Amino acid sequence: MTDGTLDQAAHGALRREPHDALAADVVRVLSPEGQLLTDDAGVTDEEALVLYRAMVRTRIIDERAVLLQRQGRIGFHIGSLGEEATVLGSVHAMRPIDWMFPCYREFGGALHRGMPLQRYFDNLFGNTNDPAKGRQMPDHWTYRQAQVGSVSSPIGTQITQAVGFAWAARLRKDPLVAMVYFGDGATSSNEFHSGLNFAGVFKTPNVFICRNNGWAISVPTERQTASETFAAKGVAYGIPGVRCDGNDVFAVVKTTREAVLRAVRGDGPTLIEALTYRMSGHSTSDDASRYRPEEQMGSWTALDPIRRLRLFLEERGSWSTQDQTSLEEQVAAELRPVIEAAEKSAPPALETLFEDVYATLPWHLQEQRAELLAGPRAKGH
Amino acid sequence: MTQMNMVQAINDALRFEMQRDDRIVVLGEDVGKVGGVFRVTAGLYDEFGDDRVIDTPLSEGGIIGAAIGMALYGLKPVPEIQFSDFIFPAYDQIVSELAKFRYRSGGEFPCPMVIRTPVGGGIRGGHYHSQSPEAQFIHVAGLKVVCPATPADAKGLLLSALRDPDPVMFFEPKRIYRAAKGEVPEGDYTVPIGKANVARQGEHVTLVTWGAMLYESLDAANKVQAEGVNVEIIDLRTLWPLDIDTVVASVKKTGRVVVVHEAPKTCGLGGEIVALINEKAFLYLEAPPKRVCGFDTPFPYTLENEYLPLSHRIVPALLETARY
Repeated sequence: MTDGTLDQAAHGALRREPHDALAADVVRVLSPEGQLLTDDAGVTDEEALVLYRAMVRTRIIDERAVLLQRQGRIGFHIGSLGEEATVLGSVHAMRPIDWMFPCYREFGGALHRGMPLQRYFDNLFGNTNDPAKGRQMPDHWTYRQAQVGSVSSPIGTQITQAVGFAWAARLRKDPLVAMVYFGDGATSSNEFHSGLNFAGVFKTPNVFICRNNGWAISVPTERQTASETFAAKGVAYGIPGVRCDGNDVFAVVKTTREAVLRAVRGDGPTLIEALTYRMSGHSTSDDASRYRPEEQMGSWTALDPIRRLRLFLEERGSWSTQDQTSLEEQVAAELRPVIEAAEKSAPPALETLFEDVYATLPWHLQEQRAELLAGPRAKGH
Repeated sequence: MTQMNMVQAINDALRFEMQRDDRIVVLGEDVGKVGGVFRVTAGLYDEFGDDRVIDTPLSEGGIIGAAIGMALYGLKPVPEIQFSDFIFPAYDQIVSELAKFRYRSGGEFPCPMVIRTPVGGGIRGGHYHSQSPEAQFIHVAGLKVVCPATPADAKGLLLSALRDPDPVMFFEPKRIYRAAKGEVPEGDYTVPIGKANVARQGEHVTLVTWGAMLYESLDAANKVQAEGVNVEIIDLRTLWPLDIDTVVASVKKTGRVVVVHEAPKTCGLGGEIVALINEKAFLYLEAPPKRVCGFDTPFPYTLENEYLPLSHRIVPALLETARY
């Protein structure tokens, strides 16, 4: 480790900085240079390739979504640049019966679970084919079919919901595990406290994944907590807290698998703090250069999760420059018709504004629908 | 038919439906072993056990958030919020999540549940055990809001709410938990959500109310009857979506309307009712619509009976409206 910014000592006694990803108590399988630190990667060669492809695909989609926003073609994007190993590794460790309660940076995970790319882009464009009928901002998708919950913007609300879901499953003797995602900022929310407290008391089969990416918009981790680590918060709820290198996909898979198995055994929930880094702004509406020291970004570039996995694969001879080029071309080719179709699709029909508020339309919404449909805008649709 | 009070009728409905539908789970603070601070869930813990009648940690946000998760799974949770004054830590979950789940997921995640909570004054509970926050939930698209005034309606509406595909806020007027008694049908008995009850027939003035103020309104109506004013009383029962047809038909008949509710006057449901009447029956009105409500102050302790729209405040409003 030559980069001084990675020196833990330089960052004081508090051990919650993302720089601390290399600390001794953090689960790690791959070194930043892609070397195996243990005998066993914990995943097969085939899985490693699947994960690598998914991470690269996620990043390319992410970058394309940012571009679409900059071009004014979609309104907003919030992504996972730099956090791909945390998202993909944890989702990969789930069993098909398990449920994923997303925050809003996990589109790559939902796609990995089978959400069609078209569905994701129909949400980004908010068009008539969007299953949520354009009612939500971009990146607020839903995909029940693959046991993926519904994204909302309020911070932490999904945490107690995931606890109730897992609790219900346990009451019904259904062996599923509910995994819930949130950022370091969410650990300050009421819902984090209530959720982990309920989970501890009722021993629910949950896995709590805290993506410690260093920032809650512009607020750094030292403004979120005085705890030594985010994982340490588990102690207060009687829940084991584990830290893993969130930029080491093998470490994330290993840590999450152990937590899933623990929940399946009936031993209750686990809090995982995945140390990673948000390499973008909070969203396309944010300019991180106003608050983020440039040197911090530089040090994290050296820890890039995709670079790390690629070095590992190249070292084993299972990945080449040619493979990389062909993967990038493949994703680009996949994106082209999807974006074209999403952009071409009409906005949702006016009457969809009133559907799904209730199971059936009450009188006041019937009146309001009639008012809209009789109005001047109705002629354009 | 059995003679019951409100507490017994609600308990009877819960027990009946829990026997019929094993997806129903009751959860909240003190709802289990002790049967709730008002004893509404008494006996359910013994009959259905710890897995279905659950004492939770003291966190309203946690109770509703967890209940939403249970509903997403497919259970039918019936969370109790011990007093509706304490519901606000859960307001985010109710407003941002519960009310929007079906809509925001394009129908993939309906989230039916019944949130039971005691409402209103009458127990000398001061600010924090007396308020009537119903309008704050009516203003949120996606919620149904119910407030029964009789034991039979309490049972019938609760059974309807438990079978409703949408989330229902079930406000229980604690002032009449034990004071209101009446015949309650045994076994399965439902009262449809969205239908008001004409609690008293009359010709001269329409009075729209709900919950505990039904009884104050009946008392006031009997008093003004002696002065020749004949009052028609509509007990809304369902506050939203309210039974606009019954309200408008009555106002078209009487041409005069008084709305009575415990909640503060400004931005209360009464204002919405008056606006709807203006939109739908303006040319039938013979007098300005009047509201008799809680004042726009915090709910007081000592002067509770001056704050509440009790009979002594309703009588002059009825006379003034009738003689306008």
